[in-house]
Amino acid sequence: MIRVVLPAHLRTLARVDGEVQLDVAGPATQREVLDALEADFPMLRGTMRDHVTQQRRAFVRFFACEQDLSNEPPDAPLPAAVALGAEPFVVVGAMAGG
Amino acid sequence: MSGVRVLVGTRKGAFVLTADGTRADWDVSGPHFAGWEIYHVKGSPADPARLFASQSSSWFGQLIQRSDDGGATWQPVGNEFRYDGVPGTHQWYDGTPHPWEFARVWHLEPSLTDPDTVYAGVEDAGLFRSVDGGQQWQELSGLRRHDSGSAWQPGAGGMCLHTILQDPSRPERMFVAISAAGAFRTDDAGTTWRPVNRGLQSNGIPDADAEVGHCVHRIAMHPARPDVLFMQKHWDVLRSDDAGESWHEVSGNLPTDFGFPIDVHAHEPDTVYVVPIKSDSEHYPPDGRLRVYRSRTGGDEWEALTTGLPQRNCYVNVLRDAMAVDSLDSCGVYFGTTGGQVYASANAGDSWAPIVRDLPPVLSVEVQTLP
Repeated sequence: MIRVVLPAHLRTLARVDGEVQLDVAGPATQREVLDALEADFPMLRGTMRDHVTQQRRAFVRFFACEQDLSNEPPDAPLPAAVALGAEPFVVVGAMAGG
Repeated sequence: MSGVRVLVGTRKGAFVLTADGTRADWDVSGPHFAGWEIYHVKGSPADPARLFASQSSSWFGQLIQRSDDGGATWQPVGNEFRYDGVPGTHQWYDGTPHPWEFARVWHLEPSLTDPDTVYAGVEDAGLFRSVDGGQQWQELSGLRRHDSGSAWQPGAGGMCLHTILQDPSRPERMFVAISAAGAFRTDDAGTTWRPVNRGLQSNGIPDADAEVGHCVHRIAMHPARPDVLFMQKHWDVLRSDDAGESWHEVSGNLPTDFGFPIDVHAHEPDTVYVVPIKSDSEHYPPDGRLRVYRSRTGGDEWEALTTGLPQRNCYVNVLRDAMAVDSLDSCGVYFGTTGGQVYASANAGDSWAPIVRDLPPVLSVEVQTLP
């Protein structure tokens, strides 16, 4: 079980409160987590990464275990604590005014 | 009793304003999609309970929302706008080739006859269509693939397709407008397109009467007379009497012929409304006086409509999609400002009153006339 924390706007869009819990079949990577998240919540497709390129949207960041994983390769293993469900994978809307 | 539903898109959410046919007392619902930019909300002429909204943010990209109950509840539908084939390039601001990149949906135009069909005008300029209520979108790429496409350039607000007009008497005919490429027409339901800009003069481009490159801000049509079009260009108000084949200027006595929206009275095809705006770059009403101008002669002769509108210290703008008319008798006219006011006139513009005063900056206003 992998825990995911979404930013408020995406929680509203997905109609969830609090953390999302995902069963990820493959290795615990950024790509697998996002694939599982979008499979469970199709309305999130395109909001975190581009439909076509699968590139992370510029103002979306991925944090876990007090690390910024945003620029890690999408197939790199996530920290063991995330894979084990001890720590959440956190999706963040970058801080900005406006 | 008949009524109206005013659909307002703002920088920070959507609002639905409703009133009965007297248009005196208003109910305000919203914000829907709080915190998101809502470029446009529009209802289906074929099913007024069905609404489409363009929702976007710099963080999370583009969403399309659909309501099947007049805006009470909403469901996200498809948001994948994938250009057909290899998109190629258009011109960037500095004249260099720039890849076509989807940014957002500026305008949604539901079909006149089929509630499941809706068109989307997007930035970078392209036209998409959904035939399943917004779930899936296909590009009508004949427009972007026009020979001139690689020469199109963005205006200051981006290279956006912002106007979509359907000819109710010829279902195969549509018009679109792009900033800053100009107006285009299809006569085969979107398969092929050609520029319809003859007569436009734009001093801001190297060849003032070029076939493309004009910063058209808005085009309006009366459904009973679809060959007559009215255009608010970056500068100049123009009219075509031959479905865009040729245009002539009808700015007449306007205090400035710069502006964004233009619309036509629901029952009088020669009664036209514009909001003159001071430019370059100021983009607020001349002399701080917010005035709608009305022509009852199809252009050239304009009268200022000021009753109920601020006539001092007013420095708001009215954006291109932020004016609409209802089809009650007498015709209601509505517009929203970047200062967050939505003004309504229940007497064809003779007098105005704000429905709301303090919304986020208004991006778009549409009106549904309800039975």
